[in-house]
Amino acid sequence: MRKKMKRHTNPTRLLLLCHTKSTNENDGSWEGIQGVKMMQQGFISQHVAARALSALVSGNYVQQRLRPAIRPYSSATKEMTVRDALNSALDEEMAADPNVFIMGEEVGEYQGAYKISKGLLDKYGPERVVDTPITEAGFAGIGVGSAYHGLRPVIEFMTFNFSMQAIDHIINSAAKSNYMSAGQINVPIVFRGPNGPAAGVGAQHSQCYSAWYGSVPGLKVLVPYSSEDARGLLKAAIRDPDPVVFLENELLYGESFPISAEALDSNFCLPIGKAKIEREGKDVTITAFSKMVGYALKAAEILEKEEGINAEVINLRSIRPLDRETINASVRKTNRLVTVEEGFPQHGVGAEICASVVEDSFGYLDAGVERIAGADVPTPYAANLERWAFPQIEDIVRAAKRVCYRSLPMAVAVAATA
Amino acid sequence: MALARRSSNLLKPLSTASSSSSFLNRRPFSTDDSTTITIETSVPFTGHNCEPPSRSVDTTPKELMNFFTDMALMRRMEIAADSLYKSKLIRGFCHLYDGQEAVSIGMEAAITKKDCIITAYRDHCIFLGRGGTLLESFSELMGRQAGCSRGKGGSMHFYKKDACFFGGHGIVGAQVPLGCGLAFAQKYRKEDHVTFAMYGDGAANQGQLFEALNMAALWDLPAILVCENNHYGMGTAEWRAAKSPSYYKRGDYVPGLKVDGMDAFAVKQACKFAKEHALKNGPIILEMDTYRYHGHSMSDPGSTYRTRDEISGVRQERDPIERIRKLILAHDLATEKELKDIEKLARKEVDEAIAKAKESPMPDDPELFTNVYRKGFGVESFGTDRKEVRATLP
Repeated sequence: MRKKMKRHTNPTRLLLLCHTKSTNENDGSWEGIQGVKMMQQGFISQHVAARALSALVSGNYVQQRLRPAIRPYSSATKEMTVRDALNSALDEEMAADPNVFIMGEEVGEYQGAYKISKGLLDKYGPERVVDTPITEAGFAGIGVGSAYHGLRPVIEFMTFNFSMQAIDHIINSAAKSNYMSAGQINVPIVFRGPNGPAAGVGAQHSQCYSAWYGSVPGLKVLVPYSSEDARGLLKAAIRDPDPVVFLENELLYGESFPISAEALDSNFCLPIGKAKIEREGKDVTITAFSKMVGYALKAAEILEKEEGINAEVINLRSIRPLDRETINASVRKTNRLVTVEEGFPQHGVGAEICASVVEDSFGYLDAGVERIAGADVPTPYAANLERWAFPQIEDIVRAAKRVCYRSLPMAVAVAATA
Repeated sequence: MALARRSSNLLKPLSTASSSSSFLNRRPFSTDDSTTITIETSVPFTGHNCEPPSRSVDTTPKELMNFFTDMALMRRMEIAADSLYKSKLIRGFCHLYDGQEAVSIGMEAAITKKDCIITAYRDHCIFLGRGGTLLESFSELMGRQAGCSRGKGGSMHFYKKDACFFGGHGIVGAQVPLGCGLAFAQKYRKEDHVTFAMYGDGAANQGQLFEALNMAALWDLPAILVCENNHYGMGTAEWRAAKSPSYYKRGDYVPGLKVDGMDAFAVKQACKFAKEHALKNGPIILEMDTYRYHGHSMSDPGSTYRTRDEISGVRQERDPIERIRKLILAHDLATEKELKDIEKLARKEVDEAIAKAKESPMPDDPELFTNVYRKGFGVESFGTDRKEVRATLP
């Protein structure tokens, strides 16, 4: 039977394959990741390409089994919520490595404040799914200390607003240790939880911490959007030997995304530090992360339909390391930039991206850089004010139009060229 | 999922007034302020590093009736908030206080509006106790202009500065050092007032509490730490969170008192005692043994980590309003029907306040930028699209 090989129009989408020496999780001698090989989907290795080509030519479909980790591309699309994606990633990583444990408030008996750790206490027991008192500074410190001694904690903050109680440990105890000890003490810890605004939770529960953590050397900061992002990035974060701040979004937990068979594989990881081009375009580059990726994609649809503007949407996936290469390459192609984020504008993620583009691709810019961000105020509770406090789709559309100089009525534009 | 629990004293039976001297004849409900009635608290106080006060509490018919009326109003307000949340008129977080009313009421009976109170996010009834109105409360919950924070704060951020109520805080434990700070200012200014810093059993393990308590003790600040122990920190029972759930003892060198928080008179007596102590000797901890009928918040059913039997048991045996009702009836201060009428009136007042709150408009758009600073120096602030929306902060 001949199966159509899936064509990937997105050449910069990367698939990370993780190898493990032992496949037997019960033998107690798990030896850790041996190596990490990056492959570009659609750009398969020469060896396989040759086989594939001959298979097509000969009319025989041959399953391309490069390594046990690759599954044949499936044409049927499964859907998975971000919540389930995170839960399955945690489950698989805990199964694969007995050093991985989860710690946080309500992660065990309550099944997780947002049900991300549902079922894990029953499966792995209270030694590996640890309910804590409401004491973030304490348990973050305990988590980092356990990581010093070789464990791989996944510390949950019920929201990242509460991480401020623990921020000294995240930065001074975790981020800087490898450096201060000249490599003796690495900290393989993951701090995860919802970040940014939810809906109507007020000033003390709505802040986005991406810029704060993104500015700290020694930390890795990841911002998943889709279920595939959630799975791939969380698994990569847990396997990573350095402290990772994993910023989720409460409103995305219930959202369903199509998920490929490769993403469902238990060895599926995404590379840290690589952005994803969610939508290719040629007129303007829109960078976004987390929930704003969805908004940017919708804005791109509107721009296409109503303005004929073809926007390229970049899902950052990683705040630190920031994929300056992908962003700059995109701006060199489109010549225009709009950055989108929910956090406060001053010293935000967008500010860094704009600076990077102005520094590295100034000659390619045809218009000034634009930032869309959260309003420069503490988050109000009232529904109408809250709406003004965070980016809406029309803000992104408007900014994109501005950089494309589409604010001019057509007649004027025509007259100008005559 | 095993809900293994240690034995709990949550269902201690009520004992109604055993010895009381009533000078009243049988008559309809009284606003008599001059007659003294002596009530015995349900259980004696337990002291830590201090001699506990007497179980006998003096009160008047007027106070008894006010306790009933005020608590009935608080109860009604919280139940109405539950419905409003379910009809999506209240958004975000909503933490309800029903079951714990006696702590607020008893405390107010012992102090003045110049004494400060600060609490966490379960603050609706504390606000009412401080003199806030139902209209301000419901308007704030629904994000309207008539709200106590003009709709900008929400459920967790009620304030009433003119009555020395300093909020309304969302981060667990943060209000305790803040409360000690209020006490610091009171001592600094040589005021004759105290601060009640309220927190829950969940917050009782926070490090910042002990840091602030140490300093309060070192500097003899007039700070009273009130632990409202409702036995569950969100979904975690106290014995799973604290090595020692005897929160009144956790101050170590700071004296403490364990109080039946479902008994408004015990609370009143304890707060009176604590105020006298704090003004002379510095900080003291009050542990109020109380209970919340609702879950932690409206997103929490409250029944996955405790049994319905426990909840209904406490409601039956220790409900604070029922306790006062029995006392009123025992002292012939009012008839059953009169008490029911008071409750009906409370319901009516709540319904009217909700209707009026619904008429209050949402904040005007420029309110997005007001009150960022007290003094903004004309600095610029931005909306989401900085080219479109700018403001100058006065």
